[in-house]
Amino acid sequence: MTANPRFFSRSELVGLGVLALLLVVILPMSLDIFRLNLVAKYLTYSFVALGLVICWGYGGILSLGQGVFFGIGGYCMAMFLKLEASSVENTKIQSTPGIPDFMDWNQITQLPLFWQPFHSLTLSILAVFVVPAIFAFIIGAAMFKRRVGGVYFAIITQAIAAILTILIVGQQGYTGGINGITDLRTLHGWDIRTDSAKFILYFVEVACLFGCLLVALFVKHSKLGRILLAMRDKEDRVRFSGYSVANFKIFAFCLSAVFASIGGALFTLEVGFMSPSFVGIVPSIEMVIYAAVGGRMSIFGAVYGTMVVNYAKTSLSESFPELWQFAFGALFIAVVMLFPNGLAGAWNEYVQPLIDRTFSRNKRSTSVASEHPLANGAPAE
Amino acid sequence: MFGDYSFSDLGSIFVMQGFAGLILFSVFVLMALGLAIIFGQMGVINMAHGEFMILGAYVTWMTSTFFQAHLPALFSIYFFIAMILAFLACGALGMFVEWAMIRHLYKRPLDTLLATWGLSLILQQLYRTVFGAREVGVELPQWMMGSWQATDSIQIPINGMLVMAITLLITLAVAYILYFSSWGRQVRAVVQNRVMADAVGINTERVDRYTFGLGCGIAGVAGSAFTMIGSTGPTSGQLYIVDTFLVVVFGGAGSLAGTIASAFTISQARSTLEFFTSGSMAQVMTLLAVVIILMLRPQGLFALKVRK
Repeated sequence: MTANPRFFSRSELVGLGVLALLLVVILPMSLDIFRLNLVAKYLTYSFVALGLVICWGYGGILSLGQGVFFGIGGYCMAMFLKLEASSVENTKIQSTPGIPDFMDWNQITQLPLFWQPFHSLTLSILAVFVVPAIFAFIIGAAMFKRRVGGVYFAIITQAIAAILTILIVGQQGYTGGINGITDLRTLHGWDIRTDSAKFILYFVEVACLFGCLLVALFVKHSKLGRILLAMRDKEDRVRFSGYSVANFKIFAFCLSAVFASIGGALFTLEVGFMSPSFVGIVPSIEMVIYAAVGGRMSIFGAVYGTMVVNYAKTSLSESFPELWQFAFGALFIAVVMLFPNGLAGAWNEYVQPLIDRTFSRNKRSTSVASEHPLANGAPAE
Repeated sequence: MFGDYSFSDLGSIFVMQGFAGLILFSVFVLMALGLAIIFGQMGVINMAHGEFMILGAYVTWMTSTFFQAHLPALFSIYFFIAMILAFLACGALGMFVEWAMIRHLYKRPLDTLLATWGLSLILQQLYRTVFGAREVGVELPQWMMGSWQATDSIQIPINGMLVMAITLLITLAVAYILYFSSWGRQVRAVVQNRVMADAVGINTERVDRYTFGLGCGIAGVAGSAFTMIGSTGPTSGQLYIVDTFLVVVFGGAGSLAGTIASAFTISQARSTLEFFTSGSMAQVMTLLAVVIILMLRPQGLFALKVRK
């Protein structure tokens, strides 16, 4: 779909419509609040997967440190919620009232400086966007300007994920340690633990997701997206054509970082805690596999892939924890060796031709490359 | 940080921590050696390298239990047999993995990373199913326990010295194989220019397979050495994988001397810092320093000049 005169192709509009129908109407109608909250939790990962589609699928930059940005967003939100939960009245029994409980347990008597901005909701939300962008910019600028990419970038980002996890776990007094920041209650006085709050938050999250989807589609269709693709395939030619390859890469990396961070912030709101177990190497690689299962080039695939893998994880690991590990490992291998294009590839190869044949009024070959892994609604839950 | 120690105390601390660092260094070198061969030769990121190491550790543990039960007379030398078995087991598994999986993915290095991560998950679960989730430790024969009292304040454990001697031996052997044997010449030819190597009649597929096997086999020996400094659990290998990759990248991929130098720097920095701050902070500080240095000097300490 090169040089499409209209902004979104027809198949993408259909894709958005079907996804909207699924997330806004079908799932909330058919699932109880517990299951819906699970879906909400899965969807927070799909933000990360979406970022990876842009950064990895289009830009060819595999970041194994997306958990870092997910964590940054999550911790920014959690710090705000924690400060609100540890008001002076709530924490009278502590030796220093008014600071989070884990600080009190670790003999810290004063709120550290970097916690101060998180008294304000505006600043916290701003931090969710700005902090990961700056962080990604620093990493990206340092690496891409020196033309480090590919495998080396993956290893370095992975090391950063490891460093951050060890740091969070080690600095218990400032970060809550291995347990993370727990016992979050209200957002500006609004109790986020009730069922109705969870219901509303789900829709807030879906709205955010659609916002990010639109941004991703916009990037894909703009010249920027095409340069990213060109860069991924023949970096030197793009460079010789006069484009600053590093800047485009930095942008793609920053965008994916911000997406991941939004996901993290929403995760904290939905689930009610944040811990280093969502930051480290293991979750970061798992997030890559969500994008890979959906199809690394497919924007909608990121959402479906995340939901399918997480649904399988929840249902399999509940009943057969051992089997799940094997299945998950096999999934990694299978997706790489047998289906490098993921669900989206399967959809394009098998289902899309069927649809085209059925509706072949004026054939214009709607889909050539990617898109549209609407896997029959079955993976949705 | 240094305030409360006298000068001679500090001296002893540095020597003893330095020696503790040397044991960590040995494991790092053995792990990184295998990885450097695999990564340098084929550009394959083997995320399951830690699991290969743990396989070696489990083989060592099984050998020790077997000798305890059936051949107590020979128990004192079981370790050397275990090491050879570990090398063979890991090498064989490595060659199988190369044949079944890796050789299809040479053109997509980032994908080998994901596929081998999947392999590592499977292996971890396999260990959990076969050996149980609990960590196992091997029993050392009498002569390997205890320590050598160098001076009043300096004690050096014997098994540590043994591990180091083994590491030295293996490093020399690998260096010899790579730089002086005809097979090593073939390997280096493939590293420098795969197409040309193929054209002059080197069987690159076979070189790849044996190289991968060798790298994994050395990981197995690393696992044997590992049993002496820690207990073995299904996920123990994962803890080392990031450090090992940093060692390899920091040293400059494909350079044996660089790998050894960087393993030495990282392990020494870490174990010396460990004494003065907490273990986790020491790890953070070393890793962070390495990452920052790599950002400034991406080619690592010793860069091998390869035409792309």
